[in-house]
Amino acid sequence: MTLNLNDTVEGSFQLIGGNFVNAGEASTQLKVKLLELGVKEEIVRRVTIATFEAEMNVIIYAAAGSVHYYIKPDHIRIKIEDMGPGIEDIKLAMQEGYSTAPDWVREMGWGAGMGLPNMKKNSNKFNIDTVVGEGTTIEMVINFG
Amino acid sequence: MKLDDVVKEISLDLKTCNSCLNNQVTGAYVSDLLSDVMANSKDGNIWITLQMHMNIVAVAGLNNLAGIVVVGGRQPDQEILKKAETEKVAIMTTPLTTFEIAGRLYQMLN
Repeated sequence: MTLNLNDTVEGSFQLIGGNFVNAGEASTQLKVKLLELGVKEEIVRRVTIATFEAEMNVIIYAAAGSVHYYIKPDHIRIKIEDMGPGIEDIKLAMQEGYSTAPDWVREMGWGAGMGLPNMKKNSNKFNIDTVVGEGTTIEMVINFG
Repeated sequence: MKLDDVVKEISLDLKTCNSCLNNQVTGAYVSDLLSDVMANSKDGNIWITLQMHMNIVAVAGLNNLAGIVVVGGRQPDQEILKKAETEKVAIMTTPLTTFEIAGRLYQMLN
């Protein structure tokens, strides 16, 4: 499937660490945008799950961050950058079930160690770049076809 | 089956989104882990959970779920109900436990 676009459709959202109340707003707005553009529901679902998981990670772990998205005719690229603690062991963090979330976050039903695996599972390309003490950048590409 | 049929049959207390009663119910998913719900629930599922904080609304909305059943007589705050109303997410409550409500739904849907 290809969208009829002349230019890249871009947008961004700012995220504030600890702001659980507004969690999901970036993903919700992106969902609306993609449905408006005519992207298939099944693809929109993958984008929103991946984006929401990334959004939650920023809210849970980082002081602040941002979501940038770039929609092309045949794919979307989503970039999530944060000023957070960074990830010490990416291999471990990518394992389903591994989490460093504090207890109170787990009590909310987050921190099950499924966030990063869910992002990867729903992306065609997934890249994570992290520096301990500085922050983490995640880039995901999801194809429309 | 419509959400309306489920609400009536199991006597759920619908707290938000009257218009959601027209939602088609495709099944149900039971979990208190939000990422698990995002990974494994399907469009039109009823989500049975004891979680009742703000984020359940976004999870249900983003995943096109038919509604959320909060079990064990737990009552979500007004603030959460208000958000659910705005986002058109049906929140229902029941005094029944997860086991009981899942059993009732399983019988109805299969």
